[in-house]
Amino acid sequence: MAIKTLTIDGDQYSAQEGETILTVMRQHNIPIPTLCHLEGLSTVGACRLCVVQVEGIPKLLPACTTRVEEGMVIHTATDKLKKYRRMIIALLASEGNHVCAVCVANNHCELQELAYQVGLVRVRYPYLFPKKSLDATHKEYVMDRNRCVLCTRCVRVCDEVEGAHVWDVAGRGINCEIVTGLDDAWGKTETCTSCGKCVMVCPTGALFEKGVTVAEMEKQKGFLKYIITARQKKEWVSFTDGQ
Amino acid sequence: MPELITIAPVTRIEGHAKITIHLNAKGEVEDARFHVNEFRGFEKFCEGRLVWEMPGLTSRICGICPASHLVTSAKAGDDILAIGIPETAEKLRRMLTLAQWIQSHALSFFHLSSPDFLLGFEADPALRNIFGLLQHNKEFTRKGIRLRKFGQQIIEFLGGRRIHTPWAVAGGVREPFTKEERDKLLEWYPEVRETALLAVETIKKIHDTFKKEIPAFGNFHSLFVGLVGPKGELEYYGGNLRIMDSTGNIIADNIDPRKYYEHFGEASESWSYLKFPYYKPLGYPKGIYRVGPLARLNICNRIETPLAEQERKLFKKLAPTTESVNNSFYYHYARLIELLFAVEKVEELLHDPIILGTHVRSKAEINRLEGVGAAEAPRGTLFHHYWVDENGVLKKVNMLIATAQNNMAMNRTVRQIATHFLDGRKITEPMLNRIEAGIRCFDPCLSCSTHAAGQMPLHVQMVDADGYILDEVRR
Repeated sequence: MAIKTLTIDGDQYSAQEGETILTVMRQHNIPIPTLCHLEGLSTVGACRLCVVQVEGIPKLLPACTTRVEEGMVIHTATDKLKKYRRMIIALLASEGNHVCAVCVANNHCELQELAYQVGLVRVRYPYLFPKKSLDATHKEYVMDRNRCVLCTRCVRVCDEVEGAHVWDVAGRGINCEIVTGLDDAWGKTETCTSCGKCVMVCPTGALFEKGVTVAEMEKQKGFLKYIITARQKKEWVSFTDGQ
Repeated sequence: MPELITIAPVTRIEGHAKITIHLNAKGEVEDARFHVNEFRGFEKFCEGRLVWEMPGLTSRICGICPASHLVTSAKAGDDILAIGIPETAEKLRRMLTLAQWIQSHALSFFHLSSPDFLLGFEADPALRNIFGLLQHNKEFTRKGIRLRKFGQQIIEFLGGRRIHTPWAVAGGVREPFTKEERDKLLEWYPEVRETALLAVETIKKIHDTFKKEIPAFGNFHSLFVGLVGPKGELEYYGGNLRIMDSTGNIIADNIDPRKYYEHFGEASESWSYLKFPYYKPLGYPKGIYRVGPLARLNICNRIETPLAEQERKLFKKLAPTTESVNNSFYYHYARLIELLFAVEKVEELLHDPIILGTHVRSKAEINRLEGVGAAEAPRGTLFHHYWVDENGVLKKVNMLIATAQNNMAMNRTVRQIATHFLDGRKITEPMLNRIEAGIRCFDPCLSCSTHAAGQMPLHVQMVDADGYILDEVRR
């Protein structure tokens, strides 16, 4: 496989053909925020938080889906990019009903952590306060669409790892929502195996265990790497989060 | 010409309100009203949320007494889950409730009301506050602040934070208590006990100083409502409801708090966001009743702790044996007796080995579609009533807040003080302050009772019979 050389923020790196810019950045510990991306799941490029500037290309490209090319000169943290990232988080905050103080995922929420990371101190957009529903029909878990950022991690983990494909996205544009089955109540779907993978990969408090209270819902994502490694390498090694 | 005087905002209370005084053509007080002009809407926007979230959500109603809402909401949750909670959890919840009483009662007396008493109603308003008090008597004020801190510290040890802890949950509490925390509190205890006794001694001296004011400070007949323990003792967390009249007769006893709605109704008036709860058998407005320290001290047979019981006996002597203590000024004394009780009781609990147990949370599914939680918040009996679907999603929420239950009594107090102290049409600052002080007897928490934010402003308007504002004072 051919080796490509590229420049990221002034430093030169080499990468294998077919790798994405995000993969190279993660390999070299170059920080960049991501939300919809999760190692072990397919890539959708939905949240646009990892957009980078590539010299010679007029539009911004998501690092997670853009493959490296020979001689690429990439900028990952310009003022423009930082501003756009703040705008993305601000828009996510304004279009849902995110009330950290009383959320089950408070202090364990990726959206909240990203807001700190990108330096979001105020949301200038008017809050939409959409009327969203909550589905508590499942015996063990709850889905609260008020807190959903439509990253589709639940959709992908259920389809690609569990193989049940309970989750989908319904609707268009700002009316998009995650649904279970054919927009059935979660507790009524016959396909759900109650494995809880969707809950654990959800970055916010949109999916959580029934009975948890404020700030109690901690998501353990180590299982994903464990399963992927076991399947691909036939090695059963446990991973704690971040390792 | 008839006139209207408006006091807005009312200061040194928790929340936003104004007072209007209606004068007739002779310049005499015809009516006076306490208007609560803030609106919150918790009952409505909690609909559609989960019962498990309610303690965390409703504790946000108030920054002064979040622990009371937390515990009451958790109790409503217990009722819906239909489970008993572990003994350790109940004792720890009791300790949290007492800690809430300590910090709130200390705040009411030292920070909000004592400036009037120790500096005088005529003192410069710029100094008639906790800072003025600090200049006047630094040591006394410092002790008061530390007493409040003790209550807050217990809350922090138990719940991880002083304000808005989500620690009590349906089924118990989230975290156990540790021996290290207990030992630190026990070490602090002697100072706290001494300050509680100092507060009680101070208010008794105040009774002598304000002999002129006291007889007209909300002195009227009403019912008294609160929870009492199985033997009629002063209760703060469990027990059943007792209703007593102004002559000391128990007119209803042993009422299951879960059936509160059979006994109390809520009326509305166009001029206030605060509802007017009343005792149903007597109707509105005849069913006026008071809750909170004055009511609790009136209705209970005894107090379990020795020093507070000694003071309760002296409290009872404030009225003839044929009457309850009907004067609202004595809310302060009753509050400080309760403060002393809370301090003594906390010590008792700290010596109980059960509080160090580690099994503190029971879990269950939804077993009832309706649940009520009741507890004695610092300002009176608090009820949370939830209706859920089989998944635990709230269909309806009703909260009956202590301050609301005192609404009619606060209006009556304002009218009495205005009638007594208002001379002609000249609005004087000390006069207005007396009217506000009448409200402060009840230590109202308007953020809670209307389920607003910000500080308490004071605004008095003088309005004629045609509704024209003739004079207005704002601060």
